[in-house]
Amino acid sequence: ECSSPPADALMQELCRFLLQCLEDLDASLRKLNSRLFVIRGQPTDVFPRIFKEWQTTCLSYEYDSEPFGKERDAAIQKLASEAGVEVMVRTAHTLYNLDRIIELNVGQSPLTYKRFQALVNRMDAVELPAETITAEVVQKCATPLSEDHDDKFAVPSLEELGFETEGLTTAVWPGGETEALMRLERHLERKAWVANFERPRMNANSLLASPTGLSPYLRFGCLSCRLFYFKLTDLYRKVKKNSTPPLSLYGQLLWREFFYTTATNNPCFDKMEGNPICVQIPWDQNPEALAKWAEGQTGFPWIDAIMTQLRQEGWIHHLARHAVACFLTRDLWVSWEEGMKVFEELLIDADWSVNAGSWMWLSCSSFFQQFFHCYCPVGFGRRTDPNGDFIRRYLPVLRGFPAKYIYDPWNAPEEVQKAAKCIVGVHYPRPMVNHAESSRVNIERMKQIYQQFSSYRGLGLLAAVPANPNSVANDGVLNSGTSRGPGGSSEGLFTYTASFPTEKGNSTQKRRREEDISLRSSTKSWRQSN
Amino acid sequence: MKRIKGGEEDGHGPPSGSPPEACKKVRTQASEESEAAGASDAPVSDWARLPQELLLHIFQYLPLLDRAYASQVGRRWNQTFHMPELWRCFEFELNQPASSYLKATHPDLIKQIIKRHSNHLQYVSFKVDSSTESAEAACDILSQLVNCSLKTLGLISTARPSFMEVPKSHFISALTVVFVNSKSLSSLKIDDTPVDDPSLKVLVANNSDTLKLLKMSSCPHVSPAGILCVADQCHGLRELALNYHLLSDELLLALSSEKHVHLEHLRIDVVSENPGQHFHTIKRSSWDAMVRHSPKFNLVMYFFLYEDEFGPFFNEEVPVTHLYFGRSVSKEVLGRVGLHCPRLVELVVCANGLRPLDEELIRIAKHCTQLSAIGLGECEVSCSAFVEFVKMCGRRLSQLSIMEEVLIPDNKYSLDEIHWEVSKHLGRVWFPDMMPTWVPFCDQWRSSIPWKKQAAPWLHQKGACTSGLT
Repeated sequence: ECSSPPADALMQELCRFLLQCLEDLDASLRKLNSRLFVIRGQPTDVFPRIFKEWQTTCLSYEYDSEPFGKERDAAIQKLASEAGVEVMVRTAHTLYNLDRIIELNVGQSPLTYKRFQALVNRMDAVELPAETITAEVVQKCATPLSEDHDDKFAVPSLEELGFETEGLTTAVWPGGETEALMRLERHLERKAWVANFERPRMNANSLLASPTGLSPYLRFGCLSCRLFYFKLTDLYRKVKKNSTPPLSLYGQLLWREFFYTTATNNPCFDKMEGNPICVQIPWDQNPEALAKWAEGQTGFPWIDAIMTQLRQEGWIHHLARHAVACFLTRDLWVSWEEGMKVFEELLIDADWSVNAGSWMWLSCSSFFQQFFHCYCPVGFGRRTDPNGDFIRRYLPVLRGFPAKYIYDPWNAPEEVQKAAKCIVGVHYPRPMVNHAESSRVNIERMKQIYQQFSSYRGLGLLAAVPANPNSVANDGVLNSGTSRGPGGSSEGLFTYTASFPTEKGNSTQKRRREEDISLRSSTKSWRQSN
Repeated sequence: MKRIKGGEEDGHGPPSGSPPEACKKVRTQASEESEAAGASDAPVSDWARLPQELLLHIFQYLPLLDRAYASQVGRRWNQTFHMPELWRCFEFELNQPASSYLKATHPDLIKQIIKRHSNHLQYVSFKVDSSTESAEAACDILSQLVNCSLKTLGLISTARPSFMEVPKSHFISALTVVFVNSKSLSSLKIDDTPVDDPSLKVLVANNSDTLKLLKMSSCPHVSPAGILCVADQCHGLRELALNYHLLSDELLLALSSEKHVHLEHLRIDVVSENPGQHFHTIKRSSWDAMVRHSPKFNLVMYFFLYEDEFGPFFNEEVPVTHLYFGRSVSKEVLGRVGLHCPRLVELVVCANGLRPLDEELIRIAKHCTQLSAIGLGECEVSCSAFVEFVKMCGRRLSQLSIMEEVLIPDNKYSLDEIHWEVSKHLGRVWFPDMMPTWVPFCDQWRSSIPWKKQAAPWLHQKGACTSGLT
């Protein structure tokens, strides 16, 4: 019944979405006596040929801020200039021109969301989205259509890409701009009924894919973030009688923008090694634990249900993402890179910048996070959906458990398990960790790592985020690894956390230095307790 | 790196960053030296004649790898590389490629250190990954440190506690080698290890005069009697970290005895092994004795309990200064904290629940007059109560780490207004902590008018369960 479909099914879902987007675009163009031309092949091979064949004079495309996108586009620009083709690039995938934000921040990507917000406040207004193409816009332009257009340039079908289409059910996420715009309207309609634009309260329903969910459309570009921005602004003004919308209204859009900004100049953004903004954490290499997590076999129903939904539908709520990301990196101590790769494979709306950035954030690897906060794989779920309906939906084997035990079935007495026809350890796995123990170990490890940075030394778990995380000022106190000062080693160390003035026995010094440069703390060392 | 012209051997160039004064000194010294060869030549060859004290000073600024390269330059530099002063501190990193991403200290280097420098080592730590092999390798090295007179020893797990997987006897015998030979151990960090009572006796027998710091959280083979022995004999102990099951009234009294120095820091982990676990209580008088003896001492307590296991705690005054609740803690317990923790400096609550902590926070602001840092995770507080709390604490709050979801807007304050109010009372710009919204546009908004439910087609897709949720 609720068996896990193979990953291929999700790849199929993704491809189907993309193809539907293209078909939708083609259909919209047809109404204007034009068509979509889908050309197959490598851009570097295709473009020179096309430029000649079609006598191209101008090439335009949307700016891609991600490092690989920039590299690819630079190659294409070169080809274009060699062929004498004018190139027009426009920012459309993000609200702002990200380079301007970085410029405003003295040439560096902002490292905290607060700083990013402050910069955005100083930016000029967001540019209006481009108008939609109408007959007036097209006017006298003509598309050179040939009779064999469908043979040469049609949108590929799922079969052509190698997928089985027999017995295919309706798409969970129908692709295309038309669908995206319709959902946008419905989404805003619902917002209009809420007088206060309050923060939403999580409930069981929130966990399910919403009919007005927009994230995959945003990722694939069917929906313009600027369009959403302005529609939201208009709606706010209507409801709140023309007052200026606060920055927090655009919170969700700005988070996306923030991650794009931090990622754009950092080709190592999705890695720990060589990534100047990522704390080097000694994660465990534990493929067994990773597999259990990825396959929803952790023995924690909350985690397993979420991962099952992810596998089946390609989408999970953002707080569900927090829960499973936390579990992987904090309870299992597995690298965020592994989790990121799983999400990349399974999520229909994952994009490079946001996915990597969010994983780094959740694993306390960057962005000056306080690390004390750790979601409980039992409690968090229970508080969100006390009745456990979400669990029952995706893990039918646990359906028989009462709400009291459905989040921690291993604690249920034998009679309850028998009545539920599900014995823990037989029909459903035992919990793979003891959360109390793993959170204890975790907080110790985090403290150990963060003690390298002077703002975290001391007794407390909380630490001062540096006033200006981007300043490259050398406070000199940071690196406890090198033995500095005359005489080399210092005498007995009674800093309250017993940091040893030890010598690093290998070449991790270099890595540390890179961290230091980007994670400079303020010159005040944190010693507030006494 | 620059290459040296002339000099004794070809090799890697000198390290960068030598102070310019050294150059002058070298030149004067070189011209005064009896060795005539190359003295009046290009200054480059003077590098080889840097006086050893200066070389040593410079080498101390270099990381080990660069220093090792430098040692290949010539005999003089090689000699300096091996001077004892450079081998006082060492951190052995033991990782297996199968279990860790990190590199390990090279085995040849380890051999060299044991052979040539073990008697120079004074401050040593071992960092091991999750694998048992790494922990065993650490024990093997420890066993060979017979000529060592260590002042500091740290056994640090960077991931899962792998020392616990080492056969106990192997671990104990390795540790005992250090205890017996060092005789002047001052700091010892052995958390998450199978250390036991007899080995603590050995520690005490050899190092009681010098021991100042002992961290042994989560050492399940130690009993309250074992740690009591340490407290009774090591009167210089200033920092101690252990689990709650080792804490006793006798221990606190021993630490407050006249012979004992002032304790500076006591860290206690309270961890639940099984739900419904029972914990003993500590008498108020024992805590009072501690405070009398060491009025400035910091008591750090980390709780990892189920909500219903807090019965024995916070019923009387306890001198805790730093309090961390790593799991969900009830409103009621937080209320008791407000009443009974007058020395509280930092409070961090990972999770509480969905009932607002308004009263509890106000009470804490009132009674915990030393509170300067607070962190709230999955909790709820109304904006008004939060503003009141901040007002009462005022500028002594140097750390205010509140997750954005914690604050519930009410008729007095919205989320946008609250950060100004709070900033005003704190005297600095303040924002709540945020979690990224991973998925734009996915939230369902709280609505006063129920919207028409639309049956989404996928609710009836294969595998979808229709029970409960509509």
